[in-house]
Amino acid sequence: MYSLDAAGSLMNYLWDSILWIFTPAHLSGPTGVWARLGEHLFYSGLSVLCAAVIATPLGLFIGHTGRGRALVIWLTGALRALPTLGLVTLLALLLGLGLLAPLLALTVLAIPPLLAGAYAGVESVDPAASGAARAVGMTEWQILTRVEVPLALPLLVGGFRSAFLQVVATATVAAFVPLGGLGRFIFDGLPVRDYPQMLAGAILVIVLALVSDAVFALIQRIVTPRGVRVARSGQDHAEILR
Amino acid sequence: MEWIFANAENIWRLTRDHFALSLPPIVLGLVFSLPLGWLAHRYRWSRGALLTVSGLLYTIPSLPLFVILPVLIGTKILDPINVVIALTLYAVALLLRTVTEAFDSVSPEVRQSSLAVGFSPLQRVTRVELPLALPIVVAGLRVVSASTVSLVSVGSLIGVSSLGDLFTSGFQRDFPTEIMVGIGGTILIAGLLDLLIVLGGRWCTPWMRPARS
Amino acid sequence: MFVSSSPVGRFRFPAAVALTAGVLLSVSACGSIDPLASGGSSDAPSDTIVVGSAGFAESEIIAEIYAQALEAQGVTVSKQLNIGQRDVYLAALQDGSIDLIPEYSGNLLQYYAADSTARSSDEVFDALSSALPDGFRVLERAAAEDKDSYNVTAEFAEKHTLNTLSDLANLDETFVVAGNPELAERPYGPRGLTDVYGVKANLMTFSPINDSGGPLTVSALIDGTVQVADIFSTTPAIAENKFVTLADPKNLILPQNVLPLINSDSASDLVVKTLNNVSAQLTTEDLIDLNARNQGDEKAAPAALAQDWLTEKGLLSS
Repeated sequence: MYSLDAAGSLMNYLWDSILWIFTPAHLSGPTGVWARLGEHLFYSGLSVLCAAVIATPLGLFIGHTGRGRALVIWLTGALRALPTLGLVTLLALLLGLGLLAPLLALTVLAIPPLLAGAYAGVESVDPAASGAARAVGMTEWQILTRVEVPLALPLLVGGFRSAFLQVVATATVAAFVPLGGLGRFIFDGLPVRDYPQMLAGAILVIVLALVSDAVFALIQRIVTPRGVRVARSGQDHAEILR
Repeated sequence: MEWIFANAENIWRLTRDHFALSLPPIVLGLVFSLPLGWLAHRYRWSRGALLTVSGLLYTIPSLPLFVILPVLIGTKILDPINVVIALTLYAVALLLRTVTEAFDSVSPEVRQSSLAVGFSPLQRVTRVELPLALPIVVAGLRVVSASTVSLVSVGSLIGVSSLGDLFTSGFQRDFPTEIMVGIGGTILIAGLLDLLIVLGGRWCTPWMRPARS
Repeated sequence: MFVSSSPVGRFRFPAAVALTAGVLLSVSACGSIDPLASGGSSDAPSDTIVVGSAGFAESEIIAEIYAQALEAQGVTVSKQLNIGQRDVYLAALQDGSIDLIPEYSGNLLQYYAADSTARSSDEVFDALSSALPDGFRVLERAAAEDKDSYNVTAEFAEKHTLNTLSDLANLDETFVVAGNPELAERPYGPRGLTDVYGVKANLMTFSPINDSGGPLTVSALIDGTVQVADIFSTTPAIAENKFVTLADPKNLILPQNVLPLINSDSASDLVVKTLNNVSAQLTTEDLIDLNARNQGDEKAAPAALAQDWLTEKGLLSS
């Protein structure tokens, strides 16, 4: 009886919020669903890109040389524990209104999975492959760019995949400081307990996350070099480090 | 600095609240994901369903989940249990995949030999598969613990006290010190829990002492 | 992947789970930090009053004043502060999570009777008393008032000769109004500006800033990101930055006297008398001073501010 009620009210709320999303007045305009969706994608993409600029070279370097591994594992652990809400409010006070504070906070969030994907990817490459490349006279740079990176691509993309997912879900919290994106629906609905609006924001985030996850899965499949099957253990590695 | 001393009592209370909100989701997450993960590992039919559902759960933004839970399960809106339940869901969502893959990583040869020496199915799971899967599970649990401790602070936005209170209050009165204290406390709690998990993991797997190559 | 020298027989995992469960139980048993018990009044004895506050500092300070004044009279009090916005804490009052919360007369009236025509402080108070749902009750109001107010910078006011909200209707360029997100839904929000003062809706956009008229709103106004900002009238930053508060001759924003909103069952004679004594002494100037100490360099905690105020007014001795 009780659980039926709960399921029923969930259905009602879901239905209300789907209606909410498809109300023409909510769809278009600068504060409409489409605009917010675009903003959300823009913030998420930009911060993952910024994080990639920092994390990918660093991760490849660590994976290739094996140096600084312990430090990086410790660092990514610490970064993960950084509360985004705290970071975004602190940065907003220090940097003022605008895109910079939330962008930085989300970039910090995206670094650990990207870093882990990059170095786990390179580490997962069979030492025999890089050894053979060395034997035929390739320079270290050539080994990295022509052997290790192509073979590491599936895990590298895997890092982007989890980074993007986390950023898409967390960009909503970042809307606590003035920011557009789908988090607006959540924060605008919260104080007035407008459930349909809040849930609409949540549903849109979930859909966005699922669609982008599928896209990344596809990319992962495409970039996997023919003849290379991602070793199970390598996959495990990346998942855990995520 | 002065502010920290003047407010030590309050900071300590929020730290305790934060810790008390973080611990149950981590432990419950482990308790739920172990059997579920084994199920997903063992039976093909359950694998797709379980992993898909947990993947979906993890994409739900935390704030709306905190707010909608009391409506769904009939709890009071300020009840900390809403946060505990939501974070347990996330913990399970994150851990389930790791646990499944941890069981997958146990080599079939080992499984066969345990059968050969006459272990019952239950013994095989609890005395061979689980111990061998544990190092990977522990690694996953560390990630879950860090993310749980960080997410607890979002509860402050719906009136559930934690170190997150320092974020909103510091934000409203332009006081970065207060926010930094909150962040520092969060990292300390995360570090403490991480240490406990690592030590607990080592204690459980004494044969791993020589460490990984 | 790792060296395994016969784990069988040395596996301690079940023991570890038992141990963790034990720790968890003992943590939960320690009532003060028990996350699994409801934070509300259900586990508190019925004569305990749970004092709540909204999610901004002034409400927290007044809630502390109420709580400490009641404690001084021997009433058992517990606190559930910093809850959020009105819609949330009223729901908390309804479901019994809290029993008492500081409120503002006009906003509370508009919440329950959006079409009320009451305008003066007395009218609002009378209308409020009858508009409240069953089981809720307001006690005597304080002279202290804190209301939403629309502010502009001195330069902007001078450039466009702005003194009152009706002057905003004469603006012929686009401008941005900042306020907490929920202002967009309130009768005194942008919609009210258009309906009551004829401000052109097509020139006005709303920018939600989630700090209750705090530092970000203030800096957005100063740096010109927004032109008009909703800031609580007791905020010290208004005077500090020489903002011009636009007058509200048509009372779009109702009088906002501070008063205790209480669950009727909790309103014993002692509680009523104590809170009325507090309200009798609380002034707008007090609020500005308390806020200044809370937000200024001192960053004094609400509890300490409340204690100072009560001591100064001689309300701590029974």
